[in-house]
Amino acid sequence: MRVALAVSTVLSIACFFTRAPAHSQDSTAPLDVMQIAPGVFVHFGTIAPMTRKNEGAIANVSFVMGDKYVAIIDTGGSVQEGKKLLAAVRARTSKPIRYVINTHMHPDHVFGNAAFAQIGATFIGHKNLPGAMATHGSYYRKSLRPSMGESLIANVKIISPTELVSDALEIDLGNRMLALRAWPTAHTDNDLTVLDRTSGTLFTGDLLFVRHIPVLDGSLLGWLKDLDELARIPARQAVPGHGPLVTHWPEGLADERRYLNRLAADIRAMIKRGVPIAEAAKEAGGSERDRWQLFDAYNARNATAAFAELEWE
Amino acid sequence: MKSLIVIGKCSHAICAAAVAFAMLGIGTRTGAAASHDRWLDLAEQIFKNRPLSDGTRLIALEMPYRAEDAAVVPLTVRATLPASDPRHLTGLTIVIDQNPSPVAAVFTFGSKANVNAISTRVRVNSYTDVHAVAELSDGKLYVVKTFVKAAGGCSAPAIKDAGEAKKNLGEMRFREFASKPAVSRLHQAQIMIRHPNNSGLQMDQVTHLYIPAFFVADLKVWQGDDLIMAMSGGISISENPSIRFTYVPTGAAPFRAQAIDTEKHVFKGEWPATQSAM
Repeated sequence: MRVALAVSTVLSIACFFTRAPAHSQDSTAPLDVMQIAPGVFVHFGTIAPMTRKNEGAIANVSFVMGDKYVAIIDTGGSVQEGKKLLAAVRARTSKPIRYVINTHMHPDHVFGNAAFAQIGATFIGHKNLPGAMATHGSYYRKSLRPSMGESLIANVKIISPTELVSDALEIDLGNRMLALRAWPTAHTDNDLTVLDRTSGTLFTGDLLFVRHIPVLDGSLLGWLKDLDELARIPARQAVPGHGPLVTHWPEGLADERRYLNRLAADIRAMIKRGVPIAEAAKEAGGSERDRWQLFDAYNARNATAAFAELEWE
Repeated sequence: MKSLIVIGKCSHAICAAAVAFAMLGIGTRTGAAASHDRWLDLAEQIFKNRPLSDGTRLIALEMPYRAEDAAVVPLTVRATLPASDPRHLTGLTIVIDQNPSPVAAVFTFGSKANVNAISTRVRVNSYTDVHAVAELSDGKLYVVKTFVKAAGGCSAPAIKDAGEAKKNLGEMRFREFASKPAVSRLHQAQIMIRHPNNSGLQMDQVTHLYIPAFFVADLKVWQGDDLIMAMSGGISISENPSIRFTYVPTGAAPFRAQAIDTEKHVFKGEWPATQSAM
């Protein structure tokens, strides 16, 4: 973890310096990306809510280059971020972008899709993703407008995947296979992971949060189950949906597992004692407060959702 | 809002109610003045010009100012009458002003049960005033309100696993909470029922069509033959309706509950009283 921490600090400093001029001059200046393995590039998002200032660039977005093709893994939180990601690819290769993979429905991961709409790429996602996008898309646009501003929201298009993964799918980038896997309901009901077999890099999407408090929008028990399964994947390193690179696998899952277990244990105890949901939401998981960023923004919401799930156990 | 969809897709049994509710939802306005007007319109239509007195010292409405999850917003209404006041709650109407179907629930309480507090969870679709209108045993209506910041609760797809939801449809649970008879003769219990309570504003994830409104329209709880409470519910009650209430036990008779949803499914449950009536 110490290594990952240092990496991330360096990274955020780098972001600070290179981003400032991008606003005033060239709007499609490439996104700052870091090469974490040969042909594997990641932009580590800032740990914050989506705002006009950060252009929604809060999630980790990546691309992987094979001999023939490039695959994008998540497109970012605005078309602006998506365009910068595209520019980052183009600054490194002219190979065609054959695939755009969305790890799940959340706006910080898919709002950049429109930047890749005209280049002939195939959009890939979990079998539940088209439905989830249809039901949530307009709601996300509406609810993010106040914090992101009309100009960043106006050109967002909800672009659904056409290639769907119901269990597993292998895609070939030319001497480089990516193994995609669709997961049972956990963070959301449309979580997808990507394993680059060549480098052993696992892109977890939001099945893994590091430092950023995990956000529950699916099933707490499902998530805990998926973590056990996730840990069995023989990865060498992992790119979480939020937070720095995980260099120790599967040890890097431990913090998140501890938080989710704590939440489950607290809520179960409160249900047993007859504590009402409103009170439970204020207290459950409280011992984790100092261990996570954005704790106050999401913990009570997680607890509310967990309570509604666990009281039917 | 999409009130018309509710009208178009509801079953005959609840059409009258849904149309009435939906009509109340037509004409979305913004701004403080408009929201005030909206409440005046709603109050006139729901309560037929019966006078509404300020209920500030008599009842309390508790909701979080900022809802954590707009599809599951906890709500509690309790009577705060002074001990010397002989009146008690006989009915309660919850109105979420800006929801597509503002009347969330209408409760009536059994004459012997003396219900003085009720909690449930509601969907909140946008920033809104919420009004609780209580009828006391003097036959008059008393209103209190609060403001909630939440959005998207009616259209947010709450069902995480549709297959699971169908399998468990109508499962009921009843729970008595440990009471403190030394402090109060009031007991507390909770009735829960597994039901998607589809709002009619959620979309099917496969067909992308609106899922017809499908919800628990009527729920009653008795102890023995005495009614404790009855709820006439709308689409604003959250998935898997849960109602927690205080009551005065009428003896050791078992509890019974019956729920009827908008497709005329009838769900019943019966549970022995585990705590003796003091």
